[in-house]
Amino acid sequence: MTLHDLLIAPFADYGFMRRALVACLALGLGSGPVGVLLMLRRMSLVGDAMSHAVLPGAALGFLAAGGLSLPAMGLGGLVAGLAVALLSGLVSRTTVLEEDASFASFYLTSLALGVLIVSLKGSNIDLLHVLFGTILAIDPAALYLIAGISAATLATLALIYRPLIAECLDPGFLRAVGARGMLYHFLFLLLVVLNLVAGFQSLGTLMAVGLMMLPASIAKLWVTTLPAMLAVATLSAVASGFAGLLISFHYGLASGPTIIVTASALYCLSLILAPSGAIMRLFPRLHLKH
Amino acid sequence: MKNSAIHLTDVTISYHRHPAVHHVSGIFPPGSLTAIVGPNGAGKSTLLKAIMGELPLAGGTIQRGGIEQRDFGYLPQAAEINRSFPLSVADAVLLGAWRRTGAFRGITAAIADEARQALSAVGLAGFERRPIGSLSAGQFQRVLFARLLLQDARVILLDEPFNAIDARTTADLLAIIRRWHGDGRTIIAVLHDFEQVKSHFPRTLLMARELIAWGDTGSSLTAAHLLKARTMAENWLDSAVVCSGQDRGAA
Repeated sequence: MTLHDLLIAPFADYGFMRRALVACLALGLGSGPVGVLLMLRRMSLVGDAMSHAVLPGAALGFLAAGGLSLPAMGLGGLVAGLAVALLSGLVSRTTVLEEDASFASFYLTSLALGVLIVSLKGSNIDLLHVLFGTILAIDPAALYLIAGISAATLATLALIYRPLIAECLDPGFLRAVGARGMLYHFLFLLLVVLNLVAGFQSLGTLMAVGLMMLPASIAKLWVTTLPAMLAVATLSAVASGFAGLLISFHYGLASGPTIIVTASALYCLSLILAPSGAIMRLFPRLHLKH
Repeated sequence: MKNSAIHLTDVTISYHRHPAVHHVSGIFPPGSLTAIVGPNGAGKSTLLKAIMGELPLAGGTIQRGGIEQRDFGYLPQAAEINRSFPLSVADAVLLGAWRRTGAFRGITAAIADEARQALSAVGLAGFERRPIGSLSAGQFQRVLFARLLLQDARVILLDEPFNAIDARTTADLLAIIRRWHGDGRTIIAVLHDFEQVKSHFPRTLLMARELIAWGDTGSSLTAAHLLKARTMAENWLDSAVVCSGQDRGAA
């Protein structure tokens, strides 16, 4: 087997592989940066909860469209995700529950509701598709949606970069200078939901968040500044997509989980090899004079 | 610097209907340098936030005489800041130019230059590219003061600026506060060290939920007043009745 057979032929020979690859690249571009900011805002688990929250909406879209339809399920997921994000924010501001506790309650409800709704009409195969995605069955319409969401994500992040960071560093300061921190917070939550919706046909509702959080953790292990973290996270998300697709092709594995497992493997390697990882502790370098 | 007085009239702020600040009245004259002191839980930080207009009042009014929200410079307590965020010292200081840059406008060369000067004014020249996570507590407090320098605010509110800060850093930062006082800015600081208040702050507001004394530091920080503050802070009743407004503090 030549290198060409290994790395390029699958994409050159099969249209579904090409579309899957483009979907992975677009997903990585959007989810990577969003994941880094989620992690830095100490909202990793919130991202996880939101990905579950998308499910009942997607399931309702599934029912309404009478089958797997990305526009209907995407719209349903978007509405459900936003509703849970807003409701959790509301609950934590008006009751004694902290935001993480109210997110946990909402996502458990959502997951149960979602599985219930899909199992009303659909088969177990449909349920599997909703939960774990079908990246090899992506059509051009779905590609446009994913690419559009990635482009909108990057443009929005570039626009609200400064207030978002200020809100994360020191929310009191932003309130004190009269800027609307909550507005940027909700814009950011909107981006999270949008990217989860983009990810759920390819990776499924449960694993869409994997392409956010794993690259973010990898980035934090390798670099220390925010721009570098955003770049490393995007690169590792894209690389996991590329490598995961190839591995799943050559070994006949399910592609969504393979992509996430590839990202996990990168993460484990980083845990050991990265500058702030385990290996470096075994070889302490001599300290500097100043 | 043109400035105005801040008038507090019968200000009450409550959490869950329990007053954290109870019937406080008085004036911060323009350009005054005031220390707010009192036991833990006395409502000092709450009062600061209310002065900025960040907390709703349960009663009374605060007249700011044309000072807008953006004219306030605020130094939060250290615990409210996420210091592990991967931001450089220069970027953290540049947030102080928010009034000029807003959320979207660019940083001009002049502003960047000002930030460098502010950093050297707080003794951190050359720290621009260091991540804030690598700084000590004292160095980080200097960064926050540099941010305030850049903010060029008419009213500066400092919430426990010298907690866990060593003597030398405290002395440097006190010098900056004196400089601001000389500029005619109104400065209000929550503090715990009575000796520091006596030697550097001409005016003092002593409170324990209710006002105990507010005026010249010498006449406010008497032993009798401090004893009163300590006893008042300790009586918190779970089954309090609705306040009729008749029994307000004498001050």
